[in-house]
Formats: sequence, structure tokens, C-alpha cells
Amino acid sequence: MGPLAPNEIISENTNFLLAFFIGIAFGWVLESSGFSSSRKLAGIFYGYDAVVLKVFFTGAITCMIGLLFMSLFGWVDLDLIYVNPTYLTSAIVGGVIMGAGFIMGGFCPGTSFCGAAIGKIDAMVFVVGLFIGVYGFAFTYGLWEKLYFAKYLGEPKVSEALGMKDGLFGLLLIMAAIGMFIVAEWAEKKFPREEY
Amino acid sequence: MSNTTTNERGRRYLNPYLGGVLLGLVLLAANFVSGRGLGASGAIKSVVATSIEAVHGDAAKTMPFMAEYAGSHSGSPMKSWLVFQMLGVIVGGFLSGTIAGRLKLKVEHSPKITSRRRLIFALAGGILFGLGSQIGRGCTSGSALSGMGVLSLGGFITMMAIFGTAFALAYFFRRNWI
Repeated sequence: MGPLAPNEIISENTNFLLAFFIGIAFGWVLESSGFSSSRKLAGIFYGYDAVVLKVFFTGAITCMIGLLFMSLFGWVDLDLIYVNPTYLTSAIVGGVIMGAGFIMGGFCPGTSFCGAAIGKIDAMVFVVGLFIGVYGFAFTYGLWEKLYFAKYLGEPKVSEALGMKDGLFGLLLIMAAIGMFIVAEWAEKKFPREEY
Repeated sequence: MSNTTTNERGRRYLNPYLGGVLLGLVLLAANFVSGRGLGASGAIKSVVATSIEAVHGDAAKTMPFMAEYAGSHSGSPMKSWLVFQMLGVIVGGFLSGTIAGRLKLKVEHSPKITSRRRLIFALAGGILFGLGSQIGRGCTSGSALSGMGVLSLGGFITMMAIFGTAFALAYFFRRNWI
């Protein structure tokens, strides 16, 4: 049955239309969770607001559980689901640069579009920065090319890399997330939050 | 009195765990429909590739970046899943903010810093995030969140690199936030 587009159950144009509706839901959830505010997003790094951690991990886990069960019921063919490839070097270098951008700018790409959509000027400026950064990459691609393709490991799942079943890893991830949520709730009470 | 009420309504956000479950269901829907997760920086890449093609025409094809892009994407760059999805994100964010009464043109910043300082850092952060998302093949949405949802090793590594670096640097930028 699923995924619908790769199985050609829906046409390309229907897929694009659904992309638009899925995007509306995505933007809605991000904004209503407070992700249109850099103040809330940066809170995780100082302990006064852990909304990012809670939403992000609950989201990833919900999707993971959903896919595992849908695969179990035969509703979705996991072999047709795209698993991001792992290029070790670029995953780390890119992540480090993004982390620096996150703490300086207070947004990530998706959230900055949400912030810009409700009138946050800092988010609009961040979006301008994103375009400059991507153009910068496009015009200096030659400099990055070697790093970009270095240490290619294929499309491994983290569960495979650790030598355990998807379900077991999923359970461990859920337990780790609950531990982090407990710390997050404690941190939010401990660290003062100045309203502005 | 009425002022306080508006303020409270403006601050009322979804319970974060409920928000997370809803986000997960959206991500699950994306995977079920298209076989791929959500994303944001990929849409920017499509716009950038389209504009380079428009300005440079056939000469653009010789650019290594464009050759790599053409190799990994089929069809016209603007006719891409992520471009339609990001247009939806803007609409969805706007609708949610409108209904919650959060629609306001402003620079959000700590009272300890100026708007100008906030905007300079927002621009610098955006530039770094844009560059990093290209090197890392996706941002917090496409690589970290969506990657984790399908248990991709690379997704977990990128997630840890993003959050680890931001935590490590938080001390140096604390004046901007606390």
C-alpha cells in the first residue's frame, strides 16, 4: 500500500498537492508549539524553555513508532521509504556549522519561515541569511566537494550500526527521551525565565 | 484588563508533548504519501538552483553545484515536493499565528540587546545555517528530524552535531538570550 507516490497509487501532481497540505499542517504545528519565536527556541540551550527538545523528540519517536507499526501491519513498505544517506564527515561538519548558526540566529530554516510568516523581522532577516548561505555554497561548491562526499557509509540505520533490532532501539530511544523530558521539566523550574 | 487577556491569549501555545505527537503524525503522513520526510533547506536549494539557471542559462550547467543538483534531482527544480511543502508551511504558520493573535511585525529580542544587534546575529546565523544545511545534506527538519524518524544513522549524527555545538557555544552568546 504505502508509500503512495513511490507505489504509483497517486499521481505526481496529487503528490505535490498533498505536499502543500502536509506543509500547512507542518507550519501550523511548528507555529502553535511556539517555534515561531527565537526566544523559545534558544531556551533549550539555557534551560529556561525546553519546548524544542520535547516537541522534537516526541515528533521523531511518534513517526518512528508509526512507521514500525504500519510496516508490521503491511500498510507501508519500509524498503521504499527514503533513509537519509550517511556521509560521516559532511554530517558532522554541516551539523557543527548549523549548530553555530542556531545559537547565533535563534532559528533553523523551517522555524524561520514560520516566524517570518507571522511578522517576526528577525526571522525574515534569518531567511535572507539562509539564501546567502546556500548561494555561498553553490558558488564555492568546488571547495567543499571532497568533504561533501568523504566517508560515505551507505544508508545505514542507527539500529543496524549498533547491531540491534529496530524495535529494541526504538524502545531504548523512548526511554532515553523520557529521561531527557524529566531533566527538561526540572531545568525549566530551576532556570529563571524573563518575559519580554 | 483587556490588554492582559490579549497578552495571555498571545502566549498560549500548544502543550509541547501534544505538539510533538502532532508533528510526528505530520512526518508520518509525509513518509506515507511521498516516501520521504519533511524538509526546509531543500526548498531553498531548489529556489537557488532555479535562479542560477535563470541568470546564467546554459552556462549554469557547467557549474559543479548545478551538475550535482541535476544529478540528484529530476525535472524542473521548482516542481519539487519540498517547494510545495514549504509554501504550505508559510500558509500554516500564518494561519496558526493569526488565530492565536500572534500576528505582529516586530523584532523579537532580549531587552539587554538592541534590535540592530539581534538582526546582525540573525543574519549571521542564517548564513551559517544555510551553508551548513548544504554541507550536511539537510537541516534540522530534513536531516535531523526526518532522519531520526526513519532511524537514519546520518540523521542522528547531524542532530547530535547541531545540538551539541549549540550547547557548547551557548555560553559565548548568552547575552543575546538571557
